[in-house]
Amino acid sequence: MTALLEIENLNVHFALADGDVHAVKDASLSIQEGECLGVVGESGSGKSQLFLAAFGLLASNGRVAGKVKYRGEEILGAPAKRLNALRGGAVTMIFQDPLTSLTPHMKIGGQIVEALMLHRRVPRAEAEQRAREMLDYVRIPESARRLKQYPHELSGGMRQRVMIAMATITGPDLIIADEPTTALDVTVQAQILEILRALKTDKKTAIAMVSHDMGVIAGLADRVQVMRHGEIVESGSADEIFYTPRHDYTRMLLDAIPKAGEKPTPVTAVGAPLLTVDDLKVSFPVKDAGFLRFGKTQLLRALDGISFTLHQGETLGVVGESGCGKSTLARAVLQLLPKTGGRVVWLGRDLDATTQSDIRKLREDFQIVFQDPLASLDPRMPVGLSIAEPLKSLEPQLSREALRQKVRAMMQRVGLEPGWINRYPHELSGGQNQRVGLARAMIVGPKMLVCDEAVSALDVSIQAQIVDLIRDLQAETRLALIFISHDLSVVRRLSHRVMVLYLGRVVELAPSGVLYANPRHPYTRALLSAVLSPDPRAERVRKRELLTGDLPSPLDPRAQLTFLKSRLDQPGYRPRLEQVATDHWVAEHD
Amino acid sequence: MIATGQTLKAVAEIKGRSLWVDARRRLARNRAAMASLIILALVALLAVLAPLLSPYAYDEVNYDIIACAPNWWPAEAACRAPGHIFGTDSVGRDLFVRVLFGARVSLAVGLVATLVSLLIGVLYGATAGYLGGRIDTLMMRLVDILYSLPFVFFVIILMVMFDRNFILLFVAIGAVEWLTMARIVRGQTLSIKQKEFIEAARAGGVGPFDIITRHVIPNVVGPVMVYVTLTVPGVILTESFLSFLGLGIQEPLTSWGVLISDGADQMESAPWMLLFPALFMAVTLFCFNFIGDGLRDALDPKDR
Repeated sequence: MTALLEIENLNVHFALADGDVHAVKDASLSIQEGECLGVVGESGSGKSQLFLAAFGLLASNGRVAGKVKYRGEEILGAPAKRLNALRGGAVTMIFQDPLTSLTPHMKIGGQIVEALMLHRRVPRAEAEQRAREMLDYVRIPESARRLKQYPHELSGGMRQRVMIAMATITGPDLIIADEPTTALDVTVQAQILEILRALKTDKKTAIAMVSHDMGVIAGLADRVQVMRHGEIVESGSADEIFYTPRHDYTRMLLDAIPKAGEKPTPVTAVGAPLLTVDDLKVSFPVKDAGFLRFGKTQLLRALDGISFTLHQGETLGVVGESGCGKSTLARAVLQLLPKTGGRVVWLGRDLDATTQSDIRKLREDFQIVFQDPLASLDPRMPVGLSIAEPLKSLEPQLSREALRQKVRAMMQRVGLEPGWINRYPHELSGGQNQRVGLARAMIVGPKMLVCDEAVSALDVSIQAQIVDLIRDLQAETRLALIFISHDLSVVRRLSHRVMVLYLGRVVELAPSGVLYANPRHPYTRALLSAVLSPDPRAERVRKRELLTGDLPSPLDPRAQLTFLKSRLDQPGYRPRLEQVATDHWVAEHD
Repeated sequence: MIATGQTLKAVAEIKGRSLWVDARRRLARNRAAMASLIILALVALLAVLAPLLSPYAYDEVNYDIIACAPNWWPAEAACRAPGHIFGTDSVGRDLFVRVLFGARVSLAVGLVATLVSLLIGVLYGATAGYLGGRIDTLMMRLVDILYSLPFVFFVIILMVMFDRNFILLFVAIGAVEWLTMARIVRGQTLSIKQKEFIEAARAGGVGPFDIITRHVIPNVVGPVMVYVTLTVPGVILTESFLSFLGLGIQEPLTSWGVLISDGADQMESAPWMLLFPALFMAVTLFCFNFIGDGLRDALDPKDR
């Protein structure tokens, strides 16, 4: 029997200004019918280029050589007409960012129908019927109404489901899913993976799953290939790769995934807390886009009454999905955003009563590391100057020489070559840039550091290094940390206590060990259940407590009552936090 | 630890460089920009030394040689004027010295008016955009009001109030050119303000003025440079337009714009009267464009 897709010795070169880049080196793989092949690798490993090249979708400066056979037919270098008939028909693709892969000015229905009419020559009425069925299949509620909406009206998870519907409606033999869940929240990721799994079992569609995340691959793939620097370094069945990896790189990838057992060194909270946050509220006015903007202004409550304390040396993990107010919390605590209510007390000093210029001086005490290492550094400022900048403004009395010494010492401390002071951010890798961000925050010797998704944009292996570095810095300086992440397993490695946010409110706050072992709130349970583990056997049989549908709009007054349906008749009611044990607080729920 | 100490020492030799130092080095490596700078410097030098370079004065009228071609002129001409290397104009003045005197006015107006518009426009636009809110609205409405003043009317009022004056030319042109610059910079600032590195600077205790000068302005430099290279020729042409209306430079003083518009009238009978000032102006504008391009590239560290 011939394989569905067979790639032999595929090579991809890119001609860049600095010379040739050999992006894919002699890669060979095959996918049988109805099989799921997982392709894992970190960013820059060539895993996406491999499939783009195979189907003639390379950028114009790319060259490709080798053999690509679809059902025995050579398609590499085939005429555009043949490839167009294949792509979108028998072989479809799902990309990482569902917003950029959908045409913004076309309605969802039109886009799905277009694919069907083009490839299967189905009459319009029937195509629309099929489109509706397909949306139901990918579990989009109110499918008839959705068909008439534009992409920007849907949430990220919803859009990715539309992409899957589009990719499936022509009844393809093979779906190439390139990081299909990377841009999504964990709970939504779990839903999408369920749909893909159903596709594989119900429709016997073969799936090529490209991802950097071993957990995503574990539950779905029959066979796995590991790529590094354009080469396939190891391939085998999922069980072989996950349980008996042979190549060092595969082992390293698996080791980098945070394990359940890891715990931070315990601290004892003594004395007064460093930071006390009491009933913190932040809301943003949202304008209804009415004619000439005369619409009503509504208040979006990004943070709706958050209270917690933080002691020296302690780490508070903050988890929640996008839109839950994590980043707003970070910025409001650091006085980077105006708050609408509540108090932030730093070392007994109410920051409300403090003037802006005094707050600027206090910034020596609390610093922040951002999510996107490249975006948080000025592209036109050498990194040495970026690191020195807070010192320059906060300790202007320092001499140039002292400043230089401090920058060098700090760069060495975070594992950067001190000779790199004149480099620009684009000349460093993501992990190195994040070290620069960390150095910039640590150079003023803060007492508290807020990490806002500080490792989320990094490859797993780099992620582990940065987390270790943060932990070491904390041990040395007794730093208090607020560690914000959507990734529960990373939070677990660092946090003493964990706070779960849902639409701007705390739903559960507990010591980390307790929260992970004994989650009380259904939302916490859903979040934990959505966490993927690199364990194919467990993943295949695992029963998940999935949330259905999307996060409700925070503007909806009933949104807070998602887990307290019994009070739905009292819109505006806020679930109260109840103490269930010492240090363990849970919001009211049914 | 000994090794650490040694590396620290070795590394201490490396000096920290700022964007501007790097930009200067990169600009020095840009051949087109450097050649342009040299040519521009030569033109400026010629303009300054003009009285020493020619035996004729710029206002010396000689009715014997009206609109005569230079001696070396290859085509047929009604008359030749030996000693006048660019020929003479319609009242027999030496064209060479007049082109150089014109360079004084045109270069001065072009550079000064552009620099004024650059300085005011960039600071004003960046401040409005960065501070945002009501201050922004107020500042930009002021720009809108100034925009709506008719330019020629504005110049006439200035002339009436302060008498005809060379300086007024700079003021009038600069007062109008910075408006567009302010708008461009404000728009760019609004988008840069949203970037995380601005927030990072705020978290690092950097004050608003330092953020504007250190982070905002270097990052708007691309579009600003493009606009500057468009402004210089625009200003030179505006000057000639004002002079044509009698509001700018007065005879016997001259500028490239005036010379070109005079030359255009005599294009068929005395083409050299158009050719030489136009050549000087074209070369100068080319140079400004290359320098602008070079500066933009030099200030972008991603460009190699």
